[in-house]
Amino acid sequence: MVSLLIEVRNVYKSFKDVKAVNGLSFSVRPGQFLALLGPNGAGKTTLVEMIEGIQFPDKGEIVIEGKTWQKHSEEIHRIIGLSLQETRFTDKLNVRETLALFASFYGLGSDRVEEVIDLVNLEEKRKSYVVNLSGGQRQRLALGISLLNNPRILLLDEPTTGLDPTARREVWAILKKLKDEANTSLILTTHYMEEAEHLCDYIIIIDHGKILREGTLDQLLFAEKGKKIAGFTLKEEGIKPEVFSNNNGFSVQWDVEKQKGNLELTNIETELPEFLHYLQTCGLTIENMEIRKISLDDLFIDLTGRHLHANE
Amino acid sequence: MQMSKGYNQLGQLMISHFKEIIREPGIIFWGIVFPILMSLGLGIAFTQKQEVVRKVAVLETENAVILDSMLTIYMSDTANAEEFMVMTIENKQIGNTSFEFKPMNWNDALIALKRGVVNIIISENDGKIEYRFDPLNPDAQLSYTKLNKYFINGDPVVVENTQNIQPLTLKGTRYIDFLIPGLLAMGIMMSTMWGLSYGMIEKRSKKLLRRMVATPMKKSYFLISIMTVRMTMNFIEAVLLIVFAWLAFDITIQGSIPALLAIFIAGNIGFAGLAFFISCRTAKTEIGNGLINVVVMPMMILSGIFFSYHNFPDSLIPILQKLPLTLVADGMRSIFIEGAGFEQVTTPIAILLFGGTIFFSLGLKFFRWY
Repeated sequence: MVSLLIEVRNVYKSFKDVKAVNGLSFSVRPGQFLALLGPNGAGKTTLVEMIEGIQFPDKGEIVIEGKTWQKHSEEIHRIIGLSLQETRFTDKLNVRETLALFASFYGLGSDRVEEVIDLVNLEEKRKSYVVNLSGGQRQRLALGISLLNNPRILLLDEPTTGLDPTARREVWAILKKLKDEANTSLILTTHYMEEAEHLCDYIIIIDHGKILREGTLDQLLFAEKGKKIAGFTLKEEGIKPEVFSNNNGFSVQWDVEKQKGNLELTNIETELPEFLHYLQTCGLTIENMEIRKISLDDLFIDLTGRHLHANE
Repeated sequence: MQMSKGYNQLGQLMISHFKEIIREPGIIFWGIVFPILMSLGLGIAFTQKQEVVRKVAVLETENAVILDSMLTIYMSDTANAEEFMVMTIENKQIGNTSFEFKPMNWNDALIALKRGVVNIIISENDGKIEYRFDPLNPDAQLSYTKLNKYFINGDPVVVENTQNIQPLTLKGTRYIDFLIPGLLAMGIMMSTMWGLSYGMIEKRSKKLLRRMVATPMKKSYFLISIMTVRMTMNFIEAVLLIVFAWLAFDITIQGSIPALLAIFIAGNIGFAGLAFFISCRTAKTEIGNGLINVVVMPMMILSGIFFSYHNFPDSLIPILQKLPLTLVADGMRSIFIEGAGFEQVTTPIAILLFGGTIFFSLGLKFFRWY
């Protein structure tokens, strides 16, 4: 029997009249990397903060290694490492001093601080004040702090939000290394689909505090196996979604604002000519078309009608 | 490999808080340099008695025989009509007084009075001098008294020192002696309220407190360290100001130094409790700003730091005397200039300690780490 590291059992949490987390259950096995994927406001942060012991559920239970926050907060603190969304550390302390301060909370010494500085690639910034670090460096410092105590459970809340692609890949590389060592389980919240695909072996898609789908990447996309997406634009302007809703056997998502469409294809050879013919009969001309494999983002749009990114 | 010894939690917290303070040049300026500059400025302004200048508007009227003859005497000195004509009354004991006269019409005189350029307007009517001034303005009254004396006696530009004036320039009776203990007390209040409250609110708004309590950090260590470091900084600030006052103005502590230390510590605890209480919940620095000002501003005005609170109505004085800043300032003053010992400051110390503890407990009860 594989023992469970974290069990979230039917958890609810509301703020005034907003149901942030609405009856969620899942579990994490040792060594598992789990992504909580969802758009902003989906309830990811609230859920993670309940696992971190910063907030408490209105209903339901969270058990970590058989212990609960109410009874064993001291022990749980020692086995988890976490990074909150946008913590700003003291401006005028340098990287080493900031790590030393947090190391003291765990009774750790300078050796561990140096190890962590190496681990998160901040050797050259060892003596730089926090205020002078770039966004990516700050995020790696936060990650370093979360790794000080060699946590069995690592909880990262949007660790790469707002970072440029290079900085994001640097964070991913550190986490990848951690995964290879296989001593740590990770719960990561993100609204970047690539991040979940790249790092995690189990993905839970949440929206409005509820689980929409969960599984490995393969499982999630299994139902859609073989499906392709043809993204297209038209030369004509001001196209209304009704053009595509009269149901000619096509499954099209039309974005009115951006005047872009996604056509779902199971069989390119037969369906694509039919679609092009249909456009012709409507007097419409293709400007651009790109065919790709179905992704988590497509799945999410399928489930909710919205993008994962509010700004995409 | 042998692991290094773990860092000491309390030690690291103190070192961090300390570095945070000393690495911020603004904090050093407002905490150390500013009080010294203020004592220097006010000390010089009020201790080195310079010539007192009183500006007088003279209404241009016809047949103003007395005034005209007076003005012609001084006219030769300052030919430029744009400038004031100067008459100096010398007095070696209390300092010279210069009267500066300027002829102007009624409208200009009134504007000059409103702007505070002059505080008295004189004119001549039927051989009599008429004075116009605000009777509630003591400065204007003094101008009137002196001018009146001049016009009655004729032309005694040099006032005979017939009265026996004994100027009090003894240590302890000067304005600077009154001011320095007040500045020390104000320093404790300002540094504690801004340093502790604002620092705590800022850490909360940056979510740093939230991050720290998500570790096995002992919360009591955090509070102890932040207060100890603040108190140490306050001590350094106070010592520097005292040394400066001693060097620049020859101010010495006439009473008991242990008693001074006791009221210093009690003041720190009192204000730390208050600071902790007002910063126990909010995470918005703007709100923190307002809260701190609500506490600090009234006391700056009412506690008699710069000028004695005895000018306020008698019914208010017993209340003003119980304000924490008044307790510290009065206690320190009694030690500095009256030579007081422990006995005279036991009550204020007790009130400050009691108040501080109450506010600290309330703060703990409502405290929010995030």
